[in-house]
Amino acid sequence: MVDLAVIGGGPAGLAAAHAAYQSGLRDIVILERDRELGGILNQCIHNGFGLHRFKQELTGPEYAGRYINMLNDTNVETRLDTMVIEITPDKRIYTASPNGYEMIEAKSIVLAMGCRERTRGAIAIPGSRPSGVLTAGAAQRYLNMEGLMPGSRAVILGSGDIGLIMARRMTLEGAEVLACVELMPYSSGLNRNIVQCLEDYNIPLYLSHTVTDIRGGRRLEGVTVAKVDENRRPIPGTEINFDCDTLLLSVGLIPENELTRGAGIDMDLRTSGAVVFENMETSIPGVFACGNAVHVHDLVDFVSEESAKAGGAAAAYVGGCTHESGGARLKNGANVTYTVPQRLHGHVTNKEIGVFFRVNRVFKKSKITVTADGAEIASFNRRYMMPGEMQHVTLKADKLAGVSDITIAAEEIA
Amino acid sequence: MTEITCIVCPMGCRLTVDEQNDFAVTGNTCKLGENYGKNELKNPTRVLTTTVKIGGAIHGRCPVKTGGAIPKGKLFDAMKEIKKVRLESPVACGQVVLTNLLGTGIDVVATRAM
Repeated sequence: MVDLAVIGGGPAGLAAAHAAYQSGLRDIVILERDRELGGILNQCIHNGFGLHRFKQELTGPEYAGRYINMLNDTNVETRLDTMVIEITPDKRIYTASPNGYEMIEAKSIVLAMGCRERTRGAIAIPGSRPSGVLTAGAAQRYLNMEGLMPGSRAVILGSGDIGLIMARRMTLEGAEVLACVELMPYSSGLNRNIVQCLEDYNIPLYLSHTVTDIRGGRRLEGVTVAKVDENRRPIPGTEINFDCDTLLLSVGLIPENELTRGAGIDMDLRTSGAVVFENMETSIPGVFACGNAVHVHDLVDFVSEESAKAGGAAAAYVGGCTHESGGARLKNGANVTYTVPQRLHGHVTNKEIGVFFRVNRVFKKSKITVTADGAEIASFNRRYMMPGEMQHVTLKADKLAGVSDITIAAEEIA
Repeated sequence: MTEITCIVCPMGCRLTVDEQNDFAVTGNTCKLGENYGKNELKNPTRVLTTTVKIGGAIHGRCPVKTGGAIPKGKLFDAMKEIKKVRLESPVACGQVVLTNLLGTGIDVVATRAM
């Protein structure tokens, strides 16, 4: 039996395993289905990672490399080409690998499976089904790791960060990026990416627009883009035709939780991830979750921080530390779409509790109000908030003792 | 006064740069932001990240970056130069793969051990 099995060797799994090792666990195994560690960071060759975590601007492979090197100095075991098929509530893990079908028993588990991209099927764009329509992340892998150019004239649907990054990347590699089309009246990507990836290269961003038709036989020949009304329905007469051979989709990420659901762990419909306590523990004691499998992050630095918390908590659990489950529940107040964690344990041992959340629209000068059973316990001012930028507040645990409901709300102030 | 979005890190601070007052920057939350604000109006530069061919490694491409920011106007010429580089495994992370890119004094370095 291992002390800790970490499912996934991307940034979340690496940070969780490292933190668990630092906290004293020695029998740790990382199960990774790819043939190398690092996860999605390996294809994110752009820079901007690590400024919080390492106080330095790193590229994705450099950031992953730091953690891989940190783990090389430990005896953490890594099993590559190993796909976890199922985990059970009593912490048995079934894997398929070149060794065949195997079972691992673990005292604790960290779920760090990450997320995957929404595809054309998920957003049901009408039209034919030519090649040349692919997710931005798939195009990123082709271009940055395989050295294959996905096309020469591209339209990008969705202004999520991967789409923006790929607009620049395709442009630098000689493709013409005709437009970036966003359904919402604001971009869901980070501001820095809109500046660096679109404005730098004069790529137009069409807000409140969507793709209404895809044309082509074997290969994509063109797409139709139309403006949408406030109910996100295309407005007839506003159609623009683009002749292009490539349509990249950057239309959202879905936490990957087949294993979590299969184990019967409580899920949060808002995040599509597991419900977690303040120490990243799920509804099954000893099973923790972190990173994009819990909620989609915009900065890997926060994934590392959250995952280190999960790894440390797994070590504490194996060391005999258990919690009462009857603590407070965190709820969405006005304009808040989700919170992580969603629950607190009865006795919180930390002095401070960090809470991540997102807002539902763009806010200028605004105030975040935290109430506990109806009474305001904290407030925070922000100069600017947008749905694409995850918010973080720190609450004092001593103000939360005996509380049953904590609500986080956001409002614009004059 | 010009308002720009800081791109040093993903925080995206909103900077106000006062050209009349020696490019004084407000709205930044770190020193890097102040420098960015000044430079972006005086002499915009970017770190360029791309890939080069590599043989004998786990993948056919090795990610690279410019060791420092280069003038924004030279990005496409820089891509052409970097494209000529051919590597053979092993390559260390941080290893220089092209020196003095386009006479900028900036080297191109590998960003992954392969």
